[in-house]
Amino acid sequence: MSDLRDLYQEVILDHNRNPRNFGPLEDAGLRADGHNPLCGDKLSIAVNVVDGVVTDLRFEGSGCAISKASASLMTESIKGRTLDEARKLFDRFHQLVTDRSAPPDEELGKLAVFAGVRDYPARVKCAILAWHTLRAAVDDNQDVVSTE
Amino acid sequence: MTSRAENDFGPDGEVFDVERIRALFPILAQRPGGQPLVYLDNAATTQKPLPVLNTLSRYYANENANIHRGVYGLSQRATDAYEGARAKMARFLNAAEPAEVVFTRNATEGINLVAQTFGRQRVTADDEVVISAMEHHSNIVPWQLLCEEKGAQLRVVPISDSGELMLDELASMLGPRTKLVSIVHMSNSLGTINPVRRVVELAHAQGVPVLLDGSQAAYHMPVDVQALECDFYVVTGHKLYGPTGIGALYGRRSWLEAMPPYQGGGDMISSVTFERTTYNEVPHKFEAGTPHIAGVVGLGAAVDFIESVGFSAIVEHERQLLAYATTALEAVPGLRLIGTAPEKASILSFVLDGVHAHDVGTVVDTQGVAIRTGHHCTQPVMERFSVPATARASLAMYNTTTEIDQLVTALATVREVFG
Ligand SMILES: Cc1ncc(COP(=O)(O)O)c(C=O)c1O
Repeated sequence: MSDLRDLYQEVILDHNRNPRNFGPLEDAGLRADGHNPLCGDKLSIAVNVVDGVVTDLRFEGSGCAISKASASLMTESIKGRTLDEARKLFDRFHQLVTDRSAPPDEELGKLAVFAGVRDYPARVKCAILAWHTLRAAVDDNQDVVSTE
Repeated sequence: MTSRAENDFGPDGEVFDVERIRALFPILAQRPGGQPLVYLDNAATTQKPLPVLNTLSRYYANENANIHRGVYGLSQRATDAYEGARAKMARFLNAAEPAEVVFTRNATEGINLVAQTFGRQRVTADDEVVISAMEHHSNIVPWQLLCEEKGAQLRVVPISDSGELMLDELASMLGPRTKLVSIVHMSNSLGTINPVRRVVELAHAQGVPVLLDGSQAAYHMPVDVQALECDFYVVTGHKLYGPTGIGALYGRRSWLEAMPPYQGGGDMISSVTFERTTYNEVPHKFEAGTPHIAGVVGLGAAVDFIESVGFSAIVEHERQLLAYATTALEAVPGLRLIGTAPEKASILSFVLDGVHAHDVGTVVDTQGVAIRTGHHCTQPVMERFSVPATARASLAMYNTTTEIDQLVTALATVREVFG
């Protein structure tokens, strides 16, 4: 149980049950779809960017607890940031969930709850899906993002 | 817990002792994280018993040489081992003769072989190939590729809410344009055992040949291709308690003779000049290049092993285990089984209310229980049942009721975590 709680932290379970910024964003300027064929996670991200700042973003779709909570926490931490900051955060998050030797990273704030994912290689794709999809949306990449 | 399933059956009336069977599978002695390994992903691949492992190392240690070419004794022994395994596979499937068994890499290659030879030769524009809504991707995509190339149509027989093939629909799809029916014998995501004898009857009444995908069926029940009267039957070695990278295609001799070769190269020819090549006889015509000799020999040992345990014992043990597991899982709050056909075997696909299959898989893994989660290479089945994915426990001859209990306990942990 104890190592399970390292993966499924209370914050993750909470965001899985009550995802923030969940639902359609009607007037979104940018969108992208992400798909993790291995486990059937599917999500869409809709974003508005004004003068290089993410003013609003929401997500929709279905997926496992890790992918849903990751999308939810991502929307919270990205809103109000510049695209440049968002890209940097993406890199930091990527390191958090893949690099076992990565030192604690203050900049990540709440996102640090995903550190446990690095011990479950099969779940890294779930944690990273929303981020790849966001990147595709702001890079205006029309293809469906796939983690395969 | 010991149940009747674990001690009453065995080959030739001998007692079927599941512990004796388990002792033959070294991997089952593993204790990941200090707990016994509960391996319930047999539909993906089965574990390998000592007779197979020993045969593989013995082959490489004592018999390794290339086949069908050396005049020296060692090459002859390797050839004998290889062709001996073909005879074993022919007996296992009750083919009329060993020449009707073609070795392939796996079931997928068997199906592709038929699509690329039989299919390309016989399917033309506006023809139809009939499959079902419960096929593995390997029995969908090769036909899509063929139909695209030829301008032909892929027809899909629907399935019922319990996961049964709708035979009437199949019958109504058959016509002068139908060139092949290709159907799974036993579904890997639902467990459904299809009425394949009836499928063959319906198709043959219209002069349509039938391929059966026996990837799952062949390790759960005896297969008799002559009694089924099917035209092609594919199996995959790694699910038959045998090595990976080896499978077999049964084809009726008359079809194999008429089909063009699959790949060109050594072994599949009888003579080559720059003007003209004549092909080797069946089945060598379809086995270009140096084959997976050790794999074939190991597969021969695998079917010997299955026969030594005996299907009467295997079927009865797995039937009781499935009944036990079905009852146990149905009692888990919020659990819904996907695939409840009356004729089914050894597969329990399920979804848990409010918990994604992938999370179920991760949590039960931490409790030492290996199950599969996802679409199981049957995305259309997931769509048919409106689920993104399922969790799937799949049984083999070495599983026990105790292991089912461990799965149920692990599912309780899922509830603890997710509420
Ligand atoms: C029903 C069915 N058909 C085909 C296959 C493909 O088998 P392989 O990957 O060994 O070719 C599988 C196994 O995954 C299966 O379960």
